[in-house]
Amino acid sequence: MQNDNLKIGPKEFTNRLFTGTGKFASPELIEPMLTASGSEMMTVALRRVDFAAGQENILNYIPKHITLLPNTSGARTAEEAVRIARLAREAGCGDFIKIEVIHEMKYLMPDNEETVKATAILAKEGFVVLPYVLPDIVTAKKLEDAGAAAIMPLGSPIGSNRGLKTRELIEQVIENSKLPVVVDAGIGYPSQAAEAMEMGAAAVLVNTAIATADDPVLLGRAFSYAVQAGRMAFLARVREEQKYASASSPLTGFLRD
Amino acid sequence: MVINGKTENVKTQTIKNLLLEKGLNPSVVVVELNGSIVKRADWDTTLLQETDKLEIVSFVGGG
Repeated sequence: MQNDNLKIGPKEFTNRLFTGTGKFASPELIEPMLTASGSEMMTVALRRVDFAAGQENILNYIPKHITLLPNTSGARTAEEAVRIARLAREAGCGDFIKIEVIHEMKYLMPDNEETVKATAILAKEGFVVLPYVLPDIVTAKKLEDAGAAAIMPLGSPIGSNRGLKTRELIEQVIENSKLPVVVDAGIGYPSQAAEAMEMGAAAVLVNTAIATADDPVLLGRAFSYAVQAGRMAFLARVREEQKYASASSPLTGFLRD
Repeated sequence: MVINGKTENVKTQTIKNLLLEKGLNPSVVVVELNGSIVKRADWDTTLLQETDKLEIVSFVGGG
């Protein structure tokens, strides 16, 4: 297969499975999971240092070649997201930022309006902006105009493992947006990741499903295969669904009169 | 002085000294003083005052 790398901002990814560092039973699982899955970009969060806790930093567990994608989790407004993004960039690990603006705590639904605002500000400051949103082609167009580098529509609520409940809306965004579409949140099974890729998503981001599995390393590998399978199916262009049957074996030469 | 939301009694010192006093690895933290980010290069020369509000943050696991 010729070059099917995914370009986001200045980076080129050979692997379309992005992963997250949250919820692992132990951070020591991260490196073997990355080896098994081949994932090249991982999300991290930014928090106040806990002076009482030990000195271990999450960066100690992430290999240096991995692209870091800090998120603005904790931000409830565009202003808070911008503040977190600037602090994250100051850490010196690159310009990528996942804008996550959430103030509704039952479903952790992102605030699309505030996310668009934050995108516009941060894109102008040279960030590579990946906004996390509820899929909506109107918002997608605003994000495109605001300078987002990709769009990250949710499949179902964060951590729910419920898959692509927003499937039709994601399809609309893929059909109508020029931005790479990275389905993020709610993907629970490799089959769901494959489904997203078959629809034409550019990539998927999986955190909870892998981190909370009994065997995150094994599941990371499974997700990697699924993302590749889905991508190949998309590129192979499967014939569209038919209402009626069409025989697979010849309708002539039967062994009867 | 307020550090990470808590009032603390610390003697006047540079940001760099405070971080070392708290046993932190300076290379993995980011510092915001009174709402503005302080660049690493300036930690040695920025003196903290009693009325200052300091945020010391770093990356943690997250999705």
